[in-house]
Amino acid sequence: MENLVYAIILLPLAGFLINGLFGKNLPKMLVGTLATLVVFASFCIAAYLFFNFDADGQPVIVKAFEWFRISGIQINFGFQIDQLSLMMIMIITGIGSLIHLYSIGYMSHDKGFYKFFTYLNLFIFSMLLLVMGSNYLILFIGWEGVGVCSYLLIGFWFQNWEYGKAARKAFIMNRIGDLGLLIGIFIIASQTNSLDYLSVANNASKFSVDSPVIIFITASLFIGAVGKSAQVPLYTWLPDAMAGPTPVSALIHAATMVTAGIYLVVRSNFLYTLAPTVQGGILFIGLLTAALAAFYALRQNDIKKVLAYSTVSQLGFMFVALGVGAYTTAMFHLMTHAFFKALLFLGSGSVIHAMSGEQDMRLMGGLKKKIPITHITFLIGTLAISGFPLLSGMISKDEILVSAFAKSPAYWGILFVIAALTATYMFRLYYLTFHGEFRGTEEQKHHLHESPLNMTLPLMVLAFLSIVGGFINLPHFIGHGHYAKLTQWLKPVLTEESFGQMEANIADVSFNTEMILLVATILMFFAVWFIVKNIYVTKKKLALPENQYTGWEKLSARKLYIDEIYNVLFVKTVEGLGRAGKMFDKDILDPAVDFVGEGAEDSGRAMKRFQNGNVENYVLIMSLAVGIILIVNFLLQ
Amino acid sequence: MDTNSFIQNIPLEYFIILSSVLFCLGVLGVLLRKNAIIILGCVELMLNSVNLLLAAFSAYKGNGDGQILVFFIMVVAAAEVAVGLAIISMMYRNTKSVDVSIFNKLRG
Repeated sequence: MENLVYAIILLPLAGFLINGLFGKNLPKMLVGTLATLVVFASFCIAAYLFFNFDADGQPVIVKAFEWFRISGIQINFGFQIDQLSLMMIMIITGIGSLIHLYSIGYMSHDKGFYKFFTYLNLFIFSMLLLVMGSNYLILFIGWEGVGVCSYLLIGFWFQNWEYGKAARKAFIMNRIGDLGLLIGIFIIASQTNSLDYLSVANNASKFSVDSPVIIFITASLFIGAVGKSAQVPLYTWLPDAMAGPTPVSALIHAATMVTAGIYLVVRSNFLYTLAPTVQGGILFIGLLTAALAAFYALRQNDIKKVLAYSTVSQLGFMFVALGVGAYTTAMFHLMTHAFFKALLFLGSGSVIHAMSGEQDMRLMGGLKKKIPITHITFLIGTLAISGFPLLSGMISKDEILVSAFAKSPAYWGILFVIAALTATYMFRLYYLTFHGEFRGTEEQKHHLHESPLNMTLPLMVLAFLSIVGGFINLPHFIGHGHYAKLTQWLKPVLTEESFGQMEANIADVSFNTEMILLVATILMFFAVWFIVKNIYVTKKKLALPENQYTGWEKLSARKLYIDEIYNVLFVKTVEGLGRAGKMFDKDILDPAVDFVGEGAEDSGRAMKRFQNGNVENYVLIMSLAVGIILIVNFLLQ
Repeated sequence: MDTNSFIQNIPLEYFIILSSVLFCLGVLGVLLRKNAIIILGCVELMLNSVNLLLAAFSAYKGNGDGQILVFFIMVVAAAEVAVGLAIISMMYRNTKSVDVSIFNKLRG
C-alpha cells in the first residue's frame, strides 16, 4: 500500500525530471509517450487502490518523514488516502492521461514540445500533492505548485506579449487568494496546534458554531478557494488564461486545478459546517459568479472564451452546492464537469486545430461534415452541460438545483435561469461552429481535416464518460438513495454534522416537488434548444464583432466592463503608486543623497583656497586664530 | 641671599612683558620674513621667550618644576633645529635658495 501511494505521486515527478533534463535531446514521440505513460500508470495504481479500498474504511495515513517541529506543532510530510483523495486522484490522473495523449497530437508541430510535457507532468505532480497531502501545509505546497504550472502553461507561447500578461494576471490574482489560504492555515495552526486534517477535525468540536475564530478561519480558506476557483471577485484571470494551449485549458483551467477550491472546502467540511454565516457567503458568491459568467458567455465570439466563462459559471454552481452544505453534490458536479468540460475544451482544440489556429466563431460554421468525430463528441458535451435528460451534467446539476430549492425556492429560481443561460450559450456556440455556411478563408477551408486518432480517442472516451458519468450518483428518489453510490462512498469523509445537515436538507423536499422541478428543468432545456436552433439555424443569425453589439449584448460582450473597472481601480492605482514612488525616489531621495556628496565636494573646493602651500599664510591664520580665541576668551570672562 | 629671592626683587611684570615682546617678535619674524633660516631662528626666539617665562614663574613660586620643563623644551628645540637645519640645507641644495615663498608645492 505504502509503496503504491509513493508510486502514484513519484511517477509524474520522474516524468517531469526525465523530460525536463533530457527531453530536449529525445525524440518527440518518446517524450510524449513517456509523459503520458507515467500519468496513466499513476491512474492504474489509483484504480487498483480504489478497488481495494474498503468503502467504510478509515483514511490511510502514509507518513513519509517528519518535516519539522515548531513550538509543539509537528508537521509530517505524509499522504492521506481516503475516499475523497482517491476520487480526486482518479479524476486528475484519468483525465490527465487522456489530455496528455491528446497533447501529443495537438502540440506535435510546436517547438517547445518537450517543455510542454515537462510542465504538464509537473502540474500533475503538484495537483496530486495538493489532493493527497495529509495536512494543510502539503496542500499549500501543491496549491502553489499548480499555480506556478498554470503560470508557466498560460504563458507557454510567451513570445506573444499579451499571453505573457495573461499569465502574470493569473498568477497575481491567485496570489491574492493564496494569502487568504495561508492566513487561514496559520490560524488553524495557532488554534488547534496541528495542521493534520484528522487532528484538526477532532479539535474542531471545541469551536462553538459561528464563533469569530471559526468564521475567520473558514472565510480565509474560502478566499483561497475564490482565487483558485475563479469566483467573484477574483475570476477575471480565468478567461484570460485561455491564452495557453487548449489542452492546458482543458486540464488545468477546467477539469482539475480550478476545482482545488471545491476540494479545499469539502476537505474542511468539519470547519464549514460550524460556520453557517460563511456558508451563506459561499452561496451568495457562487450564485453571483454563476450568473455573471453565464451572462458574459452569451455574447463571446472566441470559442474558448465561451467555454472559459462556462467553466467559471459551473464552478459557481459547485460553490452554491457547498453553500447549501451539499458537499457530495459539489463533488459529483465537479466530476461530471471535469468530464464534459474537458471534452468540450478538447473538442474546441480539435476545431481550432482543424481551422489552422482560428478561434473566432464568426469565421467558423458548417464544420459538421468536415470533422464528424469532433462534431459528435462536441454535441454530446454540449448536451451534457446543457442538461439533456440522463446525461451526466443533467443529473449532477439537478442535484444542485434540488439542494438549493431545499434551502429556498428563490435560489432554485436563480439557478434555473442560469441553467437556461447555460443551454443558450452552449447551443449558440454549437450552432455557430458546426452548422450553417463555412465563413473562413479559402485556405482554411482547403486545410480542414479531422484530427488524428490520438486526439479523437480522448474525445470518444470523455464523451462516453459524459454520457454515463451521472449514473454513479442517481437521485435519492430512485431506490431510496440506494443508487446514490457517490454520496455513500464519500460519506466517511464528511463529519456526522455535515452529512446530517445534508440529509436533513434534502429530506425537506417531497417526491412530488422534486418531480415538478425535474420536469421544469427538462422542459426548459428543450425549449431553449428549440429557440436557439430557431435563431441560429432557421433564421441564420450570425455573431457580430464585439463593437457592433448594442444594449445588453454589448454589456455581455464587454463583460460588464469589469476588466476595465479593475484596471482603473487596481492596476492604475498600483501604477500610480509606483509612479509616485518613482517621483519620490527621483525628486527627493536622489537629490538628498547627491547633496551630501556634492556638499562635501563643494566645501572641499572652498576650503582648498586656504591651503595654498604658503607657510607664512598658515602661520598667519594660526596666529590670528590663537589671537581671536584669546580675545573671545577674555571677553567672555 | 639665594638666587630665588634675588630674582624676586625684580617685579614679575617685567618678565612677562619681556617674554611677550620676545614672543611677538618671534611671531612677526615668522610671519614677515621669507628666509627659512631666519624663520627657524624666530621659532627659537618664541620658544626661548616661553622658557624665560617658565623660569621666572618657577623662581617666584620657589618650585623647580618649571625649570625642569625648560630643560625639556631646550632638548626638543635642539632636536627640532637639527631636523630643521637639515631640511633647509636640502632645500638649498635643490633650489640654491632658502626663500620659503617658492616652496609652495603642498598647496591643495
